[in-house]
Amino acid sequence: MATPIPSDRSEGPIGDFKAPYTPAQAMAEANRCLYCADAPCVTACPTHIDIPQFIRKITTGNVEGSARTIFEANILGMSCARVCPVEVLCVGACVYNHMGRPPIQIGKLQRHSTDVAFEKGWRYFSAGPDTGRSVGLVGAGPASLACAHELRRLGHACTIYERKPVAGGLNTTGVAPYKMKADRSLVEVDWVLAIGGIEVKTGVAIGTDLSWSDLEARHDALFLGFGLGPDRLMGVPGEKLPGIEGAVDFIERMKLGTVDLAGVRRALVVGGGNTALDGVRELVRLGVPEVSLVYRGSEPVMPGYDHEWDAAKIEGVRAYWRTVPVAYEGGARVERARCVHLDEGKRPVAGSEHGLPADLVLVAIGQSTLGTLAAELPGIEVEAGCVRRDENGATGRPGVFAGGDGANGGREVVNAVAEGKIAAGAIHRWLESADHS
Amino acid sequence: MPDLTANCAGITSPNPFWLASAPPTNSGDQIMRAFDHGWGGAVWKTLGVPIQNVSSRFGAVHYKGTRAIGFNNIELITDRSLEVNLKEIREVKRRYPEHAVVVSLMVESREEWRDIVKRVEDAGADGLELNFGCPHGMCERGMGSAVGQEPSVNERITSWVAADATVPVLVKLTPNVDDILPHALAAQRGGAAGVSLINTIKSIIGVDVDRMVIEPRVGSLSSHGGYCGPAVKPIALHMVAALGRDPGFTLPVSGIGGISNWRDAVEFLLLGASTVQVCTEVMLHGYRVVEDMIEGLTSYMRDKGMNTLGDLTGRALPSFSEWGDLDLNYETVARIDPALCIGCNNCMVACEDGAHQCIHPPRNGTHVPVIDEPECVGCNLCQIVCPVPDCISMVEVDNGFAPATWNEHVAGGAPLRPKKAVH
Repeated sequence: MATPIPSDRSEGPIGDFKAPYTPAQAMAEANRCLYCADAPCVTACPTHIDIPQFIRKITTGNVEGSARTIFEANILGMSCARVCPVEVLCVGACVYNHMGRPPIQIGKLQRHSTDVAFEKGWRYFSAGPDTGRSVGLVGAGPASLACAHELRRLGHACTIYERKPVAGGLNTTGVAPYKMKADRSLVEVDWVLAIGGIEVKTGVAIGTDLSWSDLEARHDALFLGFGLGPDRLMGVPGEKLPGIEGAVDFIERMKLGTVDLAGVRRALVVGGGNTALDGVRELVRLGVPEVSLVYRGSEPVMPGYDHEWDAAKIEGVRAYWRTVPVAYEGGARVERARCVHLDEGKRPVAGSEHGLPADLVLVAIGQSTLGTLAAELPGIEVEAGCVRRDENGATGRPGVFAGGDGANGGREVVNAVAEGKIAAGAIHRWLESADHS
Repeated sequence: MPDLTANCAGITSPNPFWLASAPPTNSGDQIMRAFDHGWGGAVWKTLGVPIQNVSSRFGAVHYKGTRAIGFNNIELITDRSLEVNLKEIREVKRRYPEHAVVVSLMVESREEWRDIVKRVEDAGADGLELNFGCPHGMCERGMGSAVGQEPSVNERITSWVAADATVPVLVKLTPNVDDILPHALAAQRGGAAGVSLINTIKSIIGVDVDRMVIEPRVGSLSSHGGYCGPAVKPIALHMVAALGRDPGFTLPVSGIGGISNWRDAVEFLLLGASTVQVCTEVMLHGYRVVEDMIEGLTSYMRDKGMNTLGDLTGRALPSFSEWGDLDLNYETVARIDPALCIGCNNCMVACEDGAHQCIHPPRNGTHVPVIDEPECVGCNLCQIVCPVPDCISMVEVDNGFAPATWNEHVAGGAPLRPKKAVH
């Protein structure tokens, strides 16, 4: 069982952005699907779920089979249905987009099938015959969960080491609550672990609580499935004032416990990526009256998804483009950000310094990387903070594989699942190929 | 887990899903790919003297945005040489010994039948299917439905083949007859081991209103074709059931006609089919449709506590009754769930213009039409037109009358409840 979390959490009252389908709505939407062959939606999905097939099964009432099709390709299909940016993946690839008709709502249909499967308690997978091999996985996020599940189907024992008290990675600690809440992620963790034979050791930091060499000695192969590190800060004067925090840290506290926003009237979120967009949309839902984005670039070049920003604008968020904080001012708490405008070459515009009032600032300019943690193992190479690995997840050290944010620099949950699954295949082949004991 | 192993007239297969004799079974390569997708058997596209086909060949009925609810063709039997087909049959059986490979045949003379039966059996066919059903082209040459529409000819040719064959012989029946039973009984008398039905229905799929030419168009002419696809399923179900309920007809049935998914297949099995054959759905969407068919049937049988197909076959046949034996005092009325009603009023207009004038406009500021239950005859029309699932339900009413059929009423004056809506 996953570690429990408090039921009274700040994310609790936040409702779904996309309401779940009723069975009749799911049927109606599923019947629109053209059942394409070599479908572009499947190509667009990093885990290559056979989307037309799972949708067709909804139309015949075979929801059990529909969910099987999903889980065969992606054991975290329940959370991916909620958290995937389908607008730029499967739904964005739907052929209906070329016909001027609304694309199939694949995420909502996937949520329907997987939710029903969870509710009914259907089980699809069992562990393979015991091989006597053991794999250690670092980090209990989507990459390791997907990897471990696949390895269990092949009969290898798995132990996942997680430095945090909860499993599930960003699915538990970082997903915007209007997409999925932490408790739902933990339900999924239990669902994955129900295959049996996956031990999860939470509160164990590799390199600190257990050395890398001891870890390696315990197992026949390793999978580095850790994610990213703490929020990066800007290092400008006043950044330590109360009321200024890293966005990822803030979101985690909101999801696992409570954040006190009493008296907060104006919030700024610094950054233009998807964490920044999550941040502004979450603050609106948490009741902050005035929420603004502060981004050094312009709207067209913002790296966050267009569909997220469009939604944020509808929800009342405004933005200061080509603007960057250079200092924060305040007393017991931050009161304003001193900002400057940037020109097209990202150089400060002379004389543009101005103050933006704020009693809360979330800094969402990226996270630090953890790749160097693993560099202690000879042969592991780190590039731009990420663990280098080949297309199958193999690192420079035999028997050590990697995938997920720590290797790819921070992508979607579905990428982590795909990389974990591919690495599981490579680990299996490596374990089978020679006697490594 | 239920066992889906099927047996139709001694021809066994891992599941009851066979491909019907048609373009999807034109070649060994196709059939082997189909088996890899999960199909349990295939009926090879009809062998005979290879023909020359026309261009174009297919037509379809599209209805309100749904494509191909009905489909027709003017394609004939195989256009490939017998030698090539026999070589491929041998290869398929060598690689797929557990799957059913039935070969459809259509030739003319006694000698031709004897020769082709021997050669096909030598190639390894698990069964033969006599194509007495093709309603276009071949029948003009005295074959296909020209045979199937004439019981004495059907019986004679069946008896020739039955005398020569060592593998089970299925006779594929044409629906282009007024009553299917005499034709099935003719096949039975001729020594068939089973029957397959239905073949396609004689049809004109449509007319190009600008060119004023029938479709599918071959230059400036067309011809009638064979109709199939989801639209023909009710006709097929009736014919399969008509055989299943006749005590004199004792052969196994392979059901064909508009089967698109596992539910359709279950309906055929419930009415007595031992296996089902599919063509149109595969022509439209490929062999991959079988995955859901197998899963859906397996889950259905598991949920119903059934272990083998035998637990399923014919289970709905006892419900097939003469009209005169239906209970005239059984009463249902329509009820609208106001929480689900979206206010489209389609039920109201359908009842007003097409049925018995017992649904009235919404009152008191609501958007929910009002059903006059004392006048509602329980015809189902409103439920059929309602676009919202489960919004209109047909509810049983206890009217205090004992069950009474028309036959009982005529024979002994059993009391009938008062008629409704006879204003």
